[in-house]
Amino acid sequence: MFEPYLEILWGFAKAFLVGGSICMIAQIVINFTDLTAGKILVIFMLAGVVLQGLGLYQYLVDFAGAGATVPISGFGYLLANGAMRGTEKGFFGAFTGALSSASAGVSAAVIFSFLMGICFRSKTKKN
Amino acid sequence: MYEMTGKNRDNYNKNYIAYVNSFDPPTQHFKNCFRAFMVGGLICCIGQFLRIIFEEVFGLYGDELAGMVSVVLIFLGTLLTGFGVYDRIGRYAGAGSIVPITGFANSVASPAMEFKTEGLVYGMAAKMFIVAGPIIVYGVLAGTIVGMLYLFL
Amino acid sequence: MQTIFFKKQPRIVATGTIAGPKECAGVVGKCVDKALLDDMFEESTYEKAECKMLKYAVQQAIINANSTEEEVDMLISGDLLNQIISASFTARDFDFPFLGVYSACATLAESFALAATLIDGGYQRRIVAATGSHFSSAERQYRYPLELGNTRPPQAQWTVTGAGGAFIADMGTTNSNIAITSATFGRVVDFGITDVNNMGAAMAPAACDTILAHLKNTRQSAKAYDLILTGDLGALGSRILKDLTWEKGVDIANNHVDCGEIVYNVIEDEFQGGSGAGCSAVVFNSYIFDKLKRGELKRVLFVATGALLSTVSSGQGESIPGIAHAISIEVV
Repeated sequence: MFEPYLEILWGFAKAFLVGGSICMIAQIVINFTDLTAGKILVIFMLAGVVLQGLGLYQYLVDFAGAGATVPISGFGYLLANGAMRGTEKGFFGAFTGALSSASAGVSAAVIFSFLMGICFRSKTKKN
Repeated sequence: MYEMTGKNRDNYNKNYIAYVNSFDPPTQHFKNCFRAFMVGGLICCIGQFLRIIFEEVFGLYGDELAGMVSVVLIFLGTLLTGFGVYDRIGRYAGAGSIVPITGFANSVASPAMEFKTEGLVYGMAAKMFIVAGPIIVYGVLAGTIVGMLYLFL
Repeated sequence: MQTIFFKKQPRIVATGTIAGPKECAGVVGKCVDKALLDDMFEESTYEKAECKMLKYAVQQAIINANSTEEEVDMLISGDLLNQIISASFTARDFDFPFLGVYSACATLAESFALAATLIDGGYQRRIVAATGSHFSSAERQYRYPLELGNTRPPQAQWTVTGAGGAFIADMGTTNSNIAITSATFGRVVDFGITDVNNMGAAMAPAACDTILAHLKNTRQSAKAYDLILTGDLGALGSRILKDLTWEKGVDIANNHVDCGEIVYNVIEDEFQGGSGAGCSAVVFNSYIFDKLKRGELKRVLFVATGALLSTVSSGQGESIPGIAHAISIEVV
């Protein structure tokens, strides 16, 4: 009777390990290269696109669930996946697929950032 | 001996730069990586939790499920940015809070809040993507390239 | 001529300073005229707050000098923001002429030197020289939005929130005994540092160049000064400066103090200490000036240092040129 719970727990463990590992790899890259946050995000997003382009990231997503989709490489996976699926509808589908699959994330980022920008102001830092 | 005047721009004194670099405090690899691992893993676990909730309670699946998880996480990221907490987390966790999608949300929300003072159009809206813009640009470029390759190969 | 001597010895009559809450936790807390609890200073934006602080410093310097705004001949000022808006907007509220100067964090020393030159030449009688900076406005211009969650590298310095001004007058108009006796204008020195977080290393060669030139031109040894006060090299930059001068045969280890190094109480998160135009302005005009007034210090060489970079230049991969201006201040 505990089996479904164990499965959920195992899912959490996988998400934690894979997601944490991706972040740790990013931290190692930062430690050795002094790259800024923006560049790290771009590199990891591109890594997601390339891995999914080769068809590899899907395995990671199937294995780790949120552990693979929550890091920014999951965003790249989404873009590549969308474009690849769009090819079923021909040239136009391949052209629009990338952004349409990522539209939820981009829209959310714009809408919520706008709201937060209206509601809050940046605070000065004590340290 | 090479005279250090700083006027010879083609041939900077490499000695000086090497000497300055020797003062760099050692990077605490283990501590940084451990923190990044823990915080990154934790954020992904929140994602996993949302995934289960949306799957079991609301019956979502596939793209809709992944999309809703991202939307909620982005909301949380921007909210914490609004309360001025996310940069604290970032200071502590390094890549652990930059790489998850919440870090993307933070990099969109923080300029929006910052440049509100220059107006809603040319301040907030125009500067919203000064940090996160490259991700969209290169993401769309790379994604489309992958789509095109897939189409023609 | 790199070094000029002021025969009429213009006097620093009084100073006015204001600093933010983080700065006031340190040594300057007891010496400033106004310690802010909130660095917004009841304004709506950080730029407006910086402007208001600068205005307060100018007004307070005039009040402390027992003078009036009508008597002031000129304001010499500058700050870190693009097109030195804080200084210009401050000058908008006053009736006297305004000279806007910029050499990054060395602006205060440049203003002092120019003020002393104008007074020594007999062209002006009373000049206010002031600068200021604000952490939040500098951060958004030179680095990232405040709320962005990135890590600060260990070489980074913390821009001082504060402003300081000095009322400099002809010796005939005052009985102050704190005189500016000579000034050495710095050359721009660039040793090829490109790391925008490592300002100390970029400015230390300029400070070394100016100190050596000053000592050589005035035929003095470093021991002639009770204190060699640099602007905002920070802990790392100070070490480099000591090494550089030592290499040239001048030992300043015993009497060198850096404003950036002493301005904050605990060097932990701000890592190397303070920086910014407000750093030397606050520390010199409050803490050091008090010591001069009480006679605890007799001869001070004030060497403010500046890193002449912009976000455009560092984006294009240019290295960071440094500059340092020195003024010799004596109790006569």
